[in-house]
Amino acid sequence: MAKIEPKKTPMRERAPKDRVKDFNEVPFGYSPEEAINEAKRCLQCKRPTCVQGCPVEIDIPGFIKFIAEGDYMDSIKRLKEKNVLPAVCGRVCPQEDQCEKVCVLAKKFEPVAIGRLERFAADWEARQGESPIPQLPEPTGKRVAIIGAGPGGLTVAGDLSRLGHAVTIFEALHKPGGVLVYGIPEFRLPKEIIYREVDYLVRCGVELKLDFVVGKTSTIDQLLEEFNAVYIGTGAGLPWFMNIPGENLNGVYSANEYLTRANLMKAYLFPEYDTPIVRGKRVAVIGGGNVAMDCARTALRLGADEVSIVYRRSRKEMPAREEEIHHGEQEGIIFEYLTLPVKYLGDENNWVTEMECLRMELGEPDASGRRRPVPIEGSNYITKVDTVVCAIGQSPNPLIPQTTPDLKIGKWGNIEADDKTGKTSKKGCWAGGDVVRGGATVILAMGDARIAARSIDEYLRTGLW
Amino acid sequence: MYKVVKRERIVPNIHLLVIESDAIHTNAQAGEFVVVRADEKGERIPLNLVDWDEQSVSVVFMEIGTSTRKLAALKAGDEVATLVGPLGKPTEVPKDKSILCVGGCYGIGALLPVIRAFRQNGNRVVTAIEARSEYLLYWQDKLKLYSDELHEITRDGTKGFKGHVNDFLVDHLKKNKIDMVYVQGCTYLTYLTSETTRPLAIRTIVGLNPIMVDATGMCGVCRVIVNGETKFGCVDGPEFDGHQVDWANLLSRRKIYLKEEVHSLSFYECETYG
Repeated sequence: MAKIEPKKTPMRERAPKDRVKDFNEVPFGYSPEEAINEAKRCLQCKRPTCVQGCPVEIDIPGFIKFIAEGDYMDSIKRLKEKNVLPAVCGRVCPQEDQCEKVCVLAKKFEPVAIGRLERFAADWEARQGESPIPQLPEPTGKRVAIIGAGPGGLTVAGDLSRLGHAVTIFEALHKPGGVLVYGIPEFRLPKEIIYREVDYLVRCGVELKLDFVVGKTSTIDQLLEEFNAVYIGTGAGLPWFMNIPGENLNGVYSANEYLTRANLMKAYLFPEYDTPIVRGKRVAVIGGGNVAMDCARTALRLGADEVSIVYRRSRKEMPAREEEIHHGEQEGIIFEYLTLPVKYLGDENNWVTEMECLRMELGEPDASGRRRPVPIEGSNYITKVDTVVCAIGQSPNPLIPQTTPDLKIGKWGNIEADDKTGKTSKKGCWAGGDVVRGGATVILAMGDARIAARSIDEYLRTGLW
Repeated sequence: MYKVVKRERIVPNIHLLVIESDAIHTNAQAGEFVVVRADEKGERIPLNLVDWDEQSVSVVFMEIGTSTRKLAALKAGDEVATLVGPLGKPTEVPKDKSILCVGGCYGIGALLPVIRAFRQNGNRVVTAIEARSEYLLYWQDKLKLYSDELHEITRDGTKGFKGHVNDFLVDHLKKNKIDMVYVQGCTYLTYLTSETTRPLAIRTIVGLNPIMVDATGMCGVCRVIVNGETKFGCVDGPEFDGHQVDWANLLSRRKIYLKEEVHSLSFYECETYG
């Protein structure tokens, strides 16, 4: 057997000094040669641990083997058996905490670059033109309403339409994709990819209703008069603030607002597009997750001179993907670890001008297993800022819970759903993804969706709740 | 895309826009609003619902920036890119009260469904509409249908009471028993009304119009400080107790993008008219 290359085949990417000037994608993706090289690093384990690390149970060695053989068509087919959004997951999944973490190679070397290979296969397919529609089964006559056209909703739609059920997706915004479109920036996930996947679902017969806010335009009970089942995948759209003085000053954004303006509304193309965004020169982003990284890198691309990530723990505890932190560091983001904002100060016109922070140190581990940050007394200091983006998390949107009295809600405003089936307390209603979990990941939402789709199909066939 | 049924100028700078919709009427209630986006490059803006039926919804808006300039240029048969609603919490409708309803600018139109709901619930409705001059007042005939009294206020005295809203309020509230005041209009009008009724301790409900993007509770740009607490105008409002609103904060938040709004409008005018 050939000697195994200890490191992943590197993925070429644009130089930091060029890429911070625009919103185009950063990595180029593998060439066929690079993909084949990397695919050959896979040991093709008989009992693959990587599959268990994948929330949607992709046959990872299977799709990689096809790439190694240069059979990209069968590779993407194998991927799509389990994942309707491979081009998305190849880019945004936290592979280092999932499939790649448990790759056998990772014990001695770097794991197989599963995410990059997934992306390769999906991008290859996109270049072949419109993907063919699979043979659809006879309609079952059952109708399913899916609320939210995010990764979870799209997964349920794909799974159920393939089983012959009539699916309608209701989306509140004017574009489908949910967080993939309003939240994740173009330079990390080109929107064209999502629109292509949605277009594929629509060609498979899925109906898409945009500009429709379930909970307002229609309630769940009204939908249940027309539909046999409802899947709620409305995500975690309610932004958190820290409730510290000065948070309502002008120039202080929630991450949701900042990213929605930049991504969904294309404010980076203002004034060609009508929606504006503040182009700050000294920007502080509060938080340490992927959303914080996205905000910081967006601020750079909007022309900031200095962007800092202000995070209350250390680099080790940061929840962001390694690749995002790495890209941020390369692009010159300043990381203020062990730092907590306590107050924002403004000028006579109510614009934020300064931020008061406190330094922290790490104490004993807390409930999450991470070491708890403890303030260092008297360490307060003041720094100049003209824009602040608060990216400390979000909780589920309350519109559906408020208008669906018999839906059981948890203490964080999340909808309670059974983790084996996705069933909620209300007959005919399933839920999954961030609306159940709070802020989690795209792939976990897709995993929940897959489980719920199975349960919905069973219910539609048997009528048993 | 949503087809425009009608767009007409009611008085200078104020327009009625009727757009096709077969979904919004089902749950629409007085005090709610819709979000409209004129075209694919447009901004999402909230506009009060003025009327609705099984085929369409109506809004009244003032032509002021790029978005409303685009809407004001629409003709029957044109389309808007986005129409979504109803959004926001409906007006809380009391019973058997005497309510003074104040409207200015686009708020004159926005009063219509609210006074209808008030009246239908057995309240006595006193409507007062204000403008700089007589030629800017409108819809007196429609408002009269649901008003026990209709007052006109003009700053130049060309019609009805001469003076500002606050002068009228002081005068009227002194002479009449009013349980509650309800206001629709620009932030300054809602502010001025609230400050006038505050010393008299008359409950005052204001329909606010903070800047919004998604208008479903997702972005938080519409935050308003009410009784010391941060609320979202789009899902907790848009109506609040005017005596509890932090007006200085709200007035300044309305101006966040003033510079960009001016820039955007001159860009639009150059692109459109050369």
